[in-house]
Parts: sequence; structure tokens; C-alpha cells
Amino acid sequence: MTVRAMRSPRPDFTIIAGMVRPGARVLDLGCGDGALMRFLAGARGVKGYGIEIDDANVLAALINGVNVLQGNLERGLASFADASFDTVLLSQTLQAMRNIEALMREMVRVGREAVVSFPNFRYEPHFRQLEAGRMPVSRSLPFQWHNTPNVHLCTLMDFEDLCAQLRIEIVERVALADGRPVALDPNVNSELAIYRVRAGG
Amino acid sequence: MEPRSVGIVTAQVARFEEPFVFRSGRSIPSFELVYETYGRLNAQRSNAVLVCHALNASHHVAGVYADDTAALGWWDNMVGPGKPLDTDRFFVIGVNNLGGCFGSTGPKHPNPATGRPYGADFPVVTVEDWVNAQARLADHLGIARFAAVMGGSLGAMQAMQWAIAYPQRVAHALVIASTPRLSAQNIAFNEVARQAIITDPDFHGGHFYAHGVVPARGLRVARMIGHITYLSDDVMAEKFGRDLRDGLKYGYGTEFQIESYLRYQGEKFSEYFDANTYLLITKALDYFDPAAACGGDLAAALRPAAQVRFLVVSFTTDWRFSPARSREIVDALTANRAEVSYAEIDAPHGHDEFLLEDPRYHALARAYYDAIAETCRP
Repeated sequence: MTVRAMRSPRPDFTIIAGMVRPGARVLDLGCGDGALMRFLAGARGVKGYGIEIDDANVLAALINGVNVLQGNLERGLASFADASFDTVLLSQTLQAMRNIEALMREMVRVGREAVVSFPNFRYEPHFRQLEAGRMPVSRSLPFQWHNTPNVHLCTLMDFEDLCAQLRIEIVERVALADGRPVALDPNVNSELAIYRVRAGG
Repeated sequence: MEPRSVGIVTAQVARFEEPFVFRSGRSIPSFELVYETYGRLNAQRSNAVLVCHALNASHHVAGVYADDTAALGWWDNMVGPGKPLDTDRFFVIGVNNLGGCFGSTGPKHPNPATGRPYGADFPVVTVEDWVNAQARLADHLGIARFAAVMGGSLGAMQAMQWAIAYPQRVAHALVIASTPRLSAQNIAFNEVARQAIITDPDFHGGHFYAHGVVPARGLRVARMIGHITYLSDDVMAEKFGRDLRDGLKYGYGTEFQIESYLRYQGEKFSEYFDANTYLLITKALDYFDPAAACGGDLAAALRPAAQVRFLVVSFTTDWRFSPARSREIVDALTANRAEVSYAEIDAPHGHDEFLLEDPRYHALARAYYDAIAETCRP
């Protein structure tokens, strides 16, 4: 995914690192240039693979010292066994995926846990841009309506509804604005949400 | 000569007096391997890279010969100073495999039991045999562990086999345009090629040397068949289409450009390649199937190889060894938690792409070798 490489530095990296146990086996879906895996390898000693579709990003990830597997996430994760990773990451890629339900199911099958981050469409500054008559463009949504790779934008409430519907248990949630945690009404006040989830009972 | 070349190179011969036992159980009392080296082995002996050849290539990987400056090495675009496999940093070895026809002991050599050339009596070789013989060459050169073993197609099978049989002796394996086993279709093409050779009246049961002839017609057809499988439908259409040389003649001469091309390739090949070696190499291809020893479980077969780091590369238009075959290798490696990266290059040229200078493919190889070079610094 090219969506990933365009953003840096990434405020969610340290939050994600806190959701991954030291030495964990990690699968990073849509790993971009491998910056997150590289960060986690340094910060948490994780091992694993990044999956990436874009040629330039595959090369960049390789140069970043990440084990990168070129492939299309939309084809699923069938080659990976159940619970073969401690954590499956999907960092700011969810909104660009077509078949989100299938991918979410696969993530909590292949990973004991999954960490999903995405830009919050209901973030107040986005909402105000809509009110003013135009599609929101911001640091977390840096594209124009006509060239965005984002096809499935959602809010925190939307995402939590989908988790409930898919019987995916939310273990932890961190909502950020300007790189800082948001406690008050995160569905409105956060620009980025990071969830730690796992298969529910 | 282009500036980034290893320049003039000289082939060397290593002689092994200990008998070599083939997987088939047969043996030869002694043998020779012809090889070339490029670059310099460092003091720690940690920067050696073995490049394994595929069907029709040889130990002549890079550079040219003093007496034949047109004879460019078969992977010269990959190997040389400043090239992806940089001979300013790595000590690169090319070797003609056992049973080959470019100097290493093979069917053209005298059978000590009869004093006449082995011909078709040369033991049938396998990828495992080749790798075992290459390990003897590594011993001979004082290389305990390769920084990398690299190959494309059949050459990549040897890189895989190194990782399986000698994981402690290879740090990295570069597996390009390969497969964990031939499909029935792959074997079928090989069998047509073999039948073309064997049924050529000049083959004489593999003992044509004594008759002063070569089964050139069989070799030509074998090469034509092989060549079809190396190219994609698209690239053939683009390169030749239905173009005619000189209009329709309503006969069996060379009418279409593709016919002319294949005949030329076949002709050229039959002038330098040994028919018995061709038979041996196609059998080695057919037999390679490391998973077979583990009940078809490739992950189990690659378990010992999991300590080796892998780069696997495939090409989208390669229908001989398609990306799906490479993904089987990758899946078996990730199931073993091996360190592996995989790239699927969207390129038009089919199986042959691995020999071409595709910028994305070469950039990946360069980046991978850059990282290896860091690890074998003194």
C-alpha cells in the first residue's frame, strides 16, 4: 500500500510498540517501507514479516532490513496457520482495503492478537470541513477525494460495531489527536485510533 | 569491453581423487570440476558467493576470455564490479557441474573402466549430487561457509539444496525463478526434448563420439522446445507476432520469423552442447523434489534450511516456474519461521527474465547483497 509510506513520522508507532510484547512474532499487513517493523525490531525485538504489494515499498522494506513478502492482502492470509503470530498489525491500511470483514477475520485467526489503527473520519476538524461543504483533507487524510486510496473510512463507533458483529473482542483502545491520547469523547476528538483486538468467544 | 566488467578471466580446474558416490548408488573413482572466480576472498574467508548454473550455462558466469572477447559470461549483468553481486566486495565462484560439457567430468570424458568416453553410461546426476560435488570444491578452496549461494531456475534448486543439506555452510540463499518440484507439464516438455535426442539416428545409444557424429537434429529440437518454455506468449507475440521472413511460400521452409528464431537458437545450441549432458540435466530437473523425502511436506523438507536466510524472486509472466511455485517455497519457509523476503516482479519476458537486467529485480538483488556485505565485513 502506498498510503503508508506517505506518512512520517508516525505518532502511532510508540503506541503500537506498547501493544506488542517484547520478542513477539509479528506480521505487519501493508508494511509499506518497513518503517514500523524496523521500529518494532529496535524497540521491542520483534521478529516476523511485512506483507506489501507495491514494488518500490518492497525494495524500501528490504533496504530497511525487514523480511518483506510481496503479496496482495485482498487474497487473504491462507498461507499462514492459525495463531502463527503473536500479533498481526494493520497500521493505517484498513481504510484502503476492499474486503474488510474477511481481512479482520483472518487477522484474528492468524494472530493471537491484532493491532489495527485507522484515521477517524468523525474527527471534529474533518466534520467541520464537511460542514463547510468539502471532503476533509488533513494530516491523517492527506488525499483529495479524487485521488484517495481510502475506500472504507469509518469512525471509532463504526469500527467497534463491526468488531461486535464479527465477535472480535476489543482488548485495548488508544485514541490520539496531535500524537497525544484523547480521553474525552474520542469518537469526536481523536484523529487516529489504535485498537488491540482478538477473536472473541 | 564495458567498464563494470570483471574483465579477462581464466577457468581453473580442481581435481578430486576420492571417489564420488551418486545418489543413484553408482560412483566414479575421481573427478574434476572446472570453475572460475571473480573478486578476492577476504582474510576471514567470509565473502564467498557460489553462483549455480541452470540448464545450458557453465562456470563462465562473468567477464570474457583473453582468446575470445566475445564470450561474455552468462550472468555478466549481475556479477561484476559495482554490479548487484559486486566483485569489489564478494569473492564469486562459478562452477561447471558434474556431468557437464564445459570441462568438468562428464559424458565426454573417458570411463576408466573402458578407456572410452562415458557417453550415456555416465551416472545419472541429481541436484543433490551437484551440491555434494560443489561442497568438495568449497573444501578445496578453503571456504567453510558461503556468504550466499545464488541461482536462477535449476541453479536456484541448487541454492535450495545447499540450504537443506549444508545449512551451516551457507548464510543466504537467493532463489530466483524456481520451483520446489517440476510439474507434470514441466516433465513432459523435458521428455519431448529427451526423445528428440534419443531417437536421433546419430545418437547411437549415447556413444556417438566413437562414430564421429553428434545428434545435432535431436539437440536442435530439444533446444527449440526448451526455448518456447523460457519465453512468455506476450513477448513472443511482441517480438515475432505472425511476421513472415519473405511472404508465404506454401511449403515447409522457414516462413514465420518465430520459426527462423527457434531454428537459429537450435542450430547454435547443437554446435556447442553435449547431447548426453542435456539428457542428464533434464533428469536432474525432473528428479528434484525435496518434499518427496518428507511425504510431500515441503515445510518439513525445508526445516533444516530455516537457519539460512532467503531471498525468493519470481516473475509474473514465467509460466514454466510460475510465481505460485515460488510462493510454495516461501510458505514452507515462513511455516518454519525462516528469515525470508519474497518479490514478485511484474515483467513481460517469462522465465528468461531472470537473466535480463530488469531494474526492479536488480535493485532488489543489489539491496540484498548490500546487507550481506555488511555482515561479512572484517
